[in-house]
Amino acid sequence: MLKKLLPHPHLTLLLTVVWLLLANAYTLNSLVFGLLMGLVIPWITAPYWPDRPRVRNFPMIVEYVLIVLWDILKSNITVARIVLFVPNAKLEPAWVTVPLDLHEPEAITALAGTITMTPGTLTAELAADGHSLLVHCLHAPDPDGVRDEIKERYERRLKEIFE
Amino acid sequence: MELFWEILIAALLVIGGFFGLVGSFGLVKLPDPMTRLHAPTKAATLGVGAVLIGSMVYFAAFKGDLSLHELMITLFIFLTAPITAHFIAKANLLRDWRPERLPPPEGEGDWAVYTPAADTSALELQEVEDADKEAAREAAQAAAQAAAGTTGSEAERG
Repeated sequence: MLKKLLPHPHLTLLLTVVWLLLANAYTLNSLVFGLLMGLVIPWITAPYWPDRPRVRNFPMIVEYVLIVLWDILKSNITVARIVLFVPNAKLEPAWVTVPLDLHEPEAITALAGTITMTPGTLTAELAADGHSLLVHCLHAPDPDGVRDEIKERYERRLKEIFE
Repeated sequence: MELFWEILIAALLVIGGFFGLVGSFGLVKLPDPMTRLHAPTKAATLGVGAVLIGSMVYFAAFKGDLSLHELMITLFIFLTAPITAHFIAKANLLRDWRPERLPPPEGEGDWAVYTPAADTSALELQEVEDADKEAAREAAQAAAQAAAGTTGSEAERG
């Protein structure tokens, strides 16, 4: 019964919070309306995710988000330094293939987005069979190191979250 | 105390402006489309982020109300920036690169842009089109038969 009423409790919570933030008014009014949307939208869209992945490890999400935010900060400074101080002739752009251990489409999407937002790397393409990502590096004297860092830093944690 | 907040907000705005400028400068300076993609997707994130944090601090310190709108803007930027970058990269791969110049993916197959058959939406569109054509032909045949039938019966009557 509860499962039928609340097919996706996390989405309900997220939608309510997002609605409150969007309305920018923390009143009972917006809370009720937000909850209403949080209940109706998951209920309507439930048939579109026949097998969505289960999140197995919530504390890991917090750790992951903090690490990614920190890396975004570092990445901005790194890229700014490359843009300003590395002459184009010395730039070493490189393509890197990252083989994937993740299988859930949601997890791969999260990894691809993270790679784009973090130091000097950008996800360009997914393999047709979905088992590797093509990553472009802005300045990578050591492409293998980039690949190992992506696998160790992000993919391992996403694997713990989703699988 | 007021001075401290003012300095903090001013610093955040200057940081934001600086990174926005670097991001735009990168677009001009970097040599090719793939490297140019790096500048706006990253430098701009911190630029926008710093301005938004400045705005939150300003409203909290001087207007006395909590404004968390800005978190939503950040969230939407983090959701859309990688997707935009991915689509531009995909288009660029298709226009200016050949699979031979890229490292191959692990295992069988090739990258998705170079594998049209993997795009099932095109196949589905083709199937729908074929089904439409089939239906149209059958309808035309039926109409022709019906027309032949009526002229035939008219001829009999005559």
